[in-house]
Amino acid sequence: MLFTIFAIVTVAGATAVICLRNLVHSVLALIVTFAGLAVVYLLLGAQFVGFAQVLVYIGAVAILIVFAILLTRNTGADVRVSIDDSWVWSGVVVAGVFAVLAWAIYHSSVSHSATLAQPATTTQQIGNALMQQYALPLEVIGLLLTAALIGAVTIALREQKEAR
Amino acid sequence: MTPLTACLLLSAILFAIGLTGALVRRNSILVLIGIELMLNAANLNFIAFWRYGPHPEALTGMMFAVFSIAVAAAEAAVGLALIISLYRHLKSANIDEVTSMSG
Repeated sequence: MLFTIFAIVTVAGATAVICLRNLVHSVLALIVTFAGLAVVYLLLGAQFVGFAQVLVYIGAVAILIVFAILLTRNTGADVRVSIDDSWVWSGVVVAGVFAVLAWAIYHSSVSHSATLAQPATTTQQIGNALMQQYALPLEVIGLLLTAALIGAVTIALREQKEAR
Repeated sequence: MTPLTACLLLSAILFAIGLTGALVRRNSILVLIGIELMLNAANLNFIAFWRYGPHPEALTGMMFAVFSIAVAAAEAAVGLALIISLYRHLKSANIDEVTSMSG
């Protein structure tokens, strides 16, 4: 029951994100979507991922998008949205993708298997796994984040230097 | 409908909405938001399969979701830096105006 409520909140938020004209409003709806997904993760018993979702997506990604809107001085409010051919083709592609996904979900043997009891996973177990079994992927992710940080700063700064 | 089917269906709906946003909207920031929504849909799949799969104690789906969140954060940072850089070039965030590489 709770799952249904938060699934509806998440889908409504996501729909609002792509339908609202003002970009700032879109980001506010995006935060609702992320929060709804975090609650769904908590309901599925994944506490760590639920809180990581709140910290990373709401705390970092949404704020980053707000800063990007601020820096491009662009709220999207003045852009006139016209319905043309690309909308029809987009609609066909999206309908096709969704039809294939829904067909696969309903006809898969996985979706008819018995529901197991909720696994008891503590954050300590996740920490142990990260430090032992997944130590190498963790280091690689650290390297990737460092490279992305340096790359983002370089890309965003270069133009300013040339303009001086 | 089993709980796993419900999760997968929610994920498919989110993916379709994100794809619509990425294809239909012309604002580059909204295209990036659509991609973020699709990544979130994939994350939900990982968690759903971890929860209802045969070996939840192995934590495989959980770890994949955690790493996927980290990669999505890096992707958002680089993507927004590119959008800001593009805006400085073209004074516009409309992706239809980025045509310098079309033949």
